[in-house]
Amino acid sequence: MKAINLDYTAAAPLDQEVIQAMLPYFIEHYGNPSSGHSLGEKPRKAIDEAREKVARLIGAQAKEIIFTATASEANNLAIKGLIAGGRKKGNHIIASSIEHFSVLNQLKTLQKEGFEVTLLPVDRYGIVDPDQLASAITEQTILISIQTANPEIGTIQPIEELAALARENEIPFHTDAAAAAGWIPIDVEKTGVDLLSLAGDQFYGPKGSAALFVRRGTRMRPLIEGGIQEKGLRAGTENVPALVGMGEAARLAYDSIEERPKKIADLRDQLKESLFNEIPHLHLNGHPEQRLPRNLNISVEFVEGEALLMRLDMAGIYVSSGSSCTSQALKSSHVLSAIGVSAELAQGSLLLTLDKDSSADDITYITGQLAQVAELLRNMSPLYHQFMKEGNKNARV
Amino acid sequence: MPEYSEKVMEHFTKPRNIGEIEEPDGVGEVGNPTCGDMMKFTIKVKDNRLEDVKYFTFGCGAAIAVSSMVSEMAKGKTIEDALKITNKQVAEELGGLPGNKMHCSNLGADALHKAIEDYKEKQKVEA
Repeated sequence: MKAINLDYTAAAPLDQEVIQAMLPYFIEHYGNPSSGHSLGEKPRKAIDEAREKVARLIGAQAKEIIFTATASEANNLAIKGLIAGGRKKGNHIIASSIEHFSVLNQLKTLQKEGFEVTLLPVDRYGIVDPDQLASAITEQTILISIQTANPEIGTIQPIEELAALARENEIPFHTDAAAAAGWIPIDVEKTGVDLLSLAGDQFYGPKGSAALFVRRGTRMRPLIEGGIQEKGLRAGTENVPALVGMGEAARLAYDSIEERPKKIADLRDQLKESLFNEIPHLHLNGHPEQRLPRNLNISVEFVEGEALLMRLDMAGIYVSSGSSCTSQALKSSHVLSAIGVSAELAQGSLLLTLDKDSSADDITYITGQLAQVAELLRNMSPLYHQFMKEGNKNARV
Repeated sequence: MPEYSEKVMEHFTKPRNIGEIEEPDGVGEVGNPTCGDMMKFTIKVKDNRLEDVKYFTFGCGAAIAVSSMVSEMAKGKTIEDALKITNKQVAEELGGLPGNKMHCSNLGADALHKAIEDYKEKQKVEA
């Protein structure tokens, strides 16, 4: 049986070059970068190089990169660290309503602690309106956090415009670029953001590798206190192999920032066209153009996502869904709800993410299988039969 | 994917008795798309027995397996016995359901009972 992964946003295999770069740092150069003796030298140099490569990917300086384990951690360091480090001139924070839970859940906690939080609405494609950001800013605003692109619907925000508003008002601006880094060109000097989170495992680096860009001069406090690793902003012995891997993945992503995403986006567009041509009652979620190259998010009307996921799994196709049944919390996607997707369509949503190794041959197979699965589940769906009856009735009138 | 029992997977893969009875003696619907699961049962009653039970289901793997199992358990039973089928029994027959699915997807017996209540109401009107 075929095995086609369309859930690369959940996990992707490492690039061969990435794993090869990492291997020497498990046994050969196992030393602690903080050691004063010779064993610390190679690992220390390797981390410095990784920092350079990650910095280059986003147009930053190496000294502005703080390594973390995950983008969730980077988001936590960005928000909590900034609040703890900054002068308390206010208590108001602005974010978008479609941020990752590692931003939203922090804001919920901060709200309980007395902070005022404004969650900006997004339009039906998931885009934040700069005018709405402008009017949400008050004298009390101390932080704005808006993601560069959404991992679920792929929508890319006008970050430069949004960050400019923050700059004009001298408010620190954080952007969660975990889904975007490595896939679209990012330049922190051009956009002027103060804090940016990114994750190595989202561009073929290892899990457990991530970073926070902290613009020089930004006052921060660490979440994890201890030694003075990572400029004192993140104590603990460095995960050398993971950081080396992230550096190598960043180099590969930077070197191919034109070709690789374009190749995947072309395939994604072919897949989209094929699905919409062959299967009736599909809906596209997210922006038709302003979206991440590997992201496709659709809703299959009249059916539920977990059943789709399980049936596709049986056919060797791996996808994810924003349905409530597929979430541990049994809540359907807050992102789909924010862009106005109905409860029923959110239940039938599928997130399909492609890969550099996805092939055009797969598209025919995927389309055929999804067409079959959709038909099978629709034939047992009360919503579909209701629609068919009403459709026929309307046709008679 | 959730950890489903073999029995759940079997009913999900090959659901029994899918459909809608034409001119049914009773109809029972539960759930809505917001909570994620929705079931519509139709029944045919002859000599106080469920001669036929069919359903349409919108929902996850568990919801589909539950509907299928309920239809099998209920078919051929007397009205009184069918009313004794509980959601808990259905889950047991399926070899158990994941904890978070017990509440939302395990609505099959409720839908069946609604269809029987509907049948009883219609009987009263006709009587």
